[in-house]
Amino acid sequence: MQGVDIIATVFMAGGAFFMITGAAGLLRFPDFYTRLHATGKCDTLGEVLIIVGCMIYQGWSFLTLKLLFLSLFIFIVNPTGTHAIMKAAYVTGLKPWKKGEARR
Amino acid sequence: MIETFLAIGMVIIFTILLSLYRLVLGPGVFNQIAASNVIGTKVIVLLVVIGFIFERPMFIDISLLYAALNFIATLLMARYLERGEICKA
Repeated sequence: MQGVDIIATVFMAGGAFFMITGAAGLLRFPDFYTRLHATGKCDTLGEVLIIVGCMIYQGWSFLTLKLLFLSLFIFIVNPTGTHAIMKAAYVTGLKPWKKGEARR
Repeated sequence: MIETFLAIGMVIIFTILLSLYRLVLGPGVFNQIAASNVIGTKVIVLLVVIGFIFERPMFIDISLLYAALNFIATLLMARYLERGEICKA
């Protein structure tokens, strides 16, 4: 492996770590709001890190521009979707979880 | 370098399978919508990685289209559950 491939591998391994962390949060947290708190940030960062790793592996070309646009799109759109779902749940009347209650 | 892409793709598929539990059995419809949003955004990255495994750049265009469709679907479902209708006549 060349030096560029090692840097790309490090970026993609970091992204995989963040995605596994987000999935564990989605499974293990006790409430809807806490689950979205886990996935809304961890998944965004993990996916952008994996795409940045692909960009570093690809080098300078037109594909890099497309991947940059895709990562910027994910950075803007994924928290927006999370906010929309969470606001819909809050307006509908889903109560947040308090300490000592049963898991939902 | 293809082994790295294969390993990353397998990790993404593993996290998709973990999220599928919340999509099927999640209590309430909001958990299911959140899980479907998460799976959609994971599939975008999986398409990019598959494009690098097969060395076909057209998968990146497909992933761009899929990102836009997934965002619109999530926003529409959230809006429908919030107001009871998608758009006012």
